[in-house]
Amino acid sequence: MDSVSVFTDFQFSDLGFLAEAAGRTLLISVLAISIGTVLGCVFGWVLSATRLAGDATLGVILDIFRSVPLIIQLILFYNFFPIIGFNVSPFVAGTIVLIFYTSALVAAVARGGIDAVSINLRRASRSLGMTYWQDLRYVVWPVGLRAVLPSWAGVALGVLKDSALVSVLGYVELLRASQILITRTQEPFLILTVVGAFYFALSFPISRITARLERRWQYD
Amino acid sequence: MIEIEGVRKSFGKLEVLKGIDLAVDKGEVISIIGASGSGKSTMLYCINALEPIDSGRIVVDGVDVHAGDTDVNKLRRNIGMVFQQWNSFPHLTTLENVALAPRIVLGKSRQESTEIARKQLDHVGLADKFDVYPSRMSGGQQQRLAIARALAMEPSYMLFDEVTSALDPELVGEVLDTLRLLSEEGMTMLVVTHEIGFARDVSDRVAYFHEGVIEELGPPAQVIENSTSEQTRRFLANVR
Ligand SMILES: Nc1ncnc2c1ncn2[C@@H]1O[C@H](COP(=O)(O)OP(=O)(O)OP(=O)(O)O)[C@@H](O)[C@H]1O
Ligand SMILES: [Mg+2]
Repeated sequence: MDSVSVFTDFQFSDLGFLAEAAGRTLLISVLAISIGTVLGCVFGWVLSATRLAGDATLGVILDIFRSVPLIIQLILFYNFFPIIGFNVSPFVAGTIVLIFYTSALVAAVARGGIDAVSINLRRASRSLGMTYWQDLRYVVWPVGLRAVLPSWAGVALGVLKDSALVSVLGYVELLRASQILITRTQEPFLILTVVGAFYFALSFPISRITARLERRWQYD
Repeated sequence: MIEIEGVRKSFGKLEVLKGIDLAVDKGEVISIIGASGSGKSTMLYCINALEPIDSGRIVVDGVDVHAGDTDVNKLRRNIGMVFQQWNSFPHLTTLENVALAPRIVLGKSRQESTEIARKQLDHVGLADKFDVYPSRMSGGQQQRLAIARALAMEPSYMLFDEVTSALDPELVGEVLDTLRLLSEEGMTMLVVTHEIGFARDVSDRVAYFHEGVIEELGPPAQVIENSTSEQTRRFLANVR
């Protein structure tokens, strides 16, 4: 059977199609990274403040999010909603799962950041009359943030790439779009190169900004 | 004045303070000496409520430090503390290190708190280091920064916990000189120290801690030069 006729060459308009898909990858990643980071910081603070009790409760839940492969979480969660009578779009389901996945990863980082600030330094700020929250805001946050910024950047870059897995739900982000185009044009090399360039363009600001902050924060 | 009455404190099974009584008058300098583990640091932490006590009372200017309704954050403004580790805020310049608490705790304006910071840094001899980050300074300079940072709150009392112990020997002098200066200015000070010479020269009274009790308390001429306690003599023979 000759099916060559259904294949068409890569066209300029396909670039627009990919750009739109890149926009979706960007959207879902920005949502997951921003909300997930805020949640993760709160979780990290709870873990650090409650120690053993936190490890035994919240810590276990977060470990589940961190250890079950994201693709399994996505499929389970997406199929869970119809069971309880809701229908959610792949975008909503994917975003929610990605937010919790990110928050679990960030929680570990944030906890490390808080624990990186020595008890002695915190005693010093409290001895000046700072409240618990002032110590957290003016000492623990900036000192801890500097300590874990590279780890956070690693999480953010990872989530950006992992967002490709949301394609299993049928959400047409970069990876899914590239598969569609590859099937049509039979030009995997060209398309994957273009898609790789898109991913790089999306990651570049994260690595660039964090690297710059790290340099600025070298305490001298 | 600081009144410590029958203070006891344990960490788990280990009783660290076994009934401490001590009254510190305004303007007085008391040096606290004693072996490692005798409870000296713990005593200081109890005075500004960084550690809770099990029984007894600590009253500072009429305020019961460990009473349930005491605002410890407010109390601590009046009790400066400097630690063995200088604990500079690493992300702030020296000026910002000192200006932070006056601004956020006392609510002073940015300009006013910077002015206070300038004055206090000048006071401890760091006038040429305003815009330097702590990591660029020696231990002695960072310790003087910590002193300036505490003084910026204009406390009535200063607690010093072995502030020279982590310093290279050649840097000890500059920090002790700063302490001397404060005592001459009339600051009320509790100084935990292993510098027996300093304790003898500067303090009004010396307290010798031994296993959670004050074994001996009196003027340096008595405790350091003419101790009647076998324990104190043995300790002094070892540290000298
Ligand atoms: N947070 C804590 N938890 C448990 N034990 C503690 C704690 N802090 C101090 N201790 C113990 O209490 C005892 C007294 O400690 P403290 O630091 O008051 O002694 P110190 O006289 O200051 O000694 P040093 O000269 O070594 O500083 C020590 O045995 C110490 O191990
Ligand atoms: Mg000590």
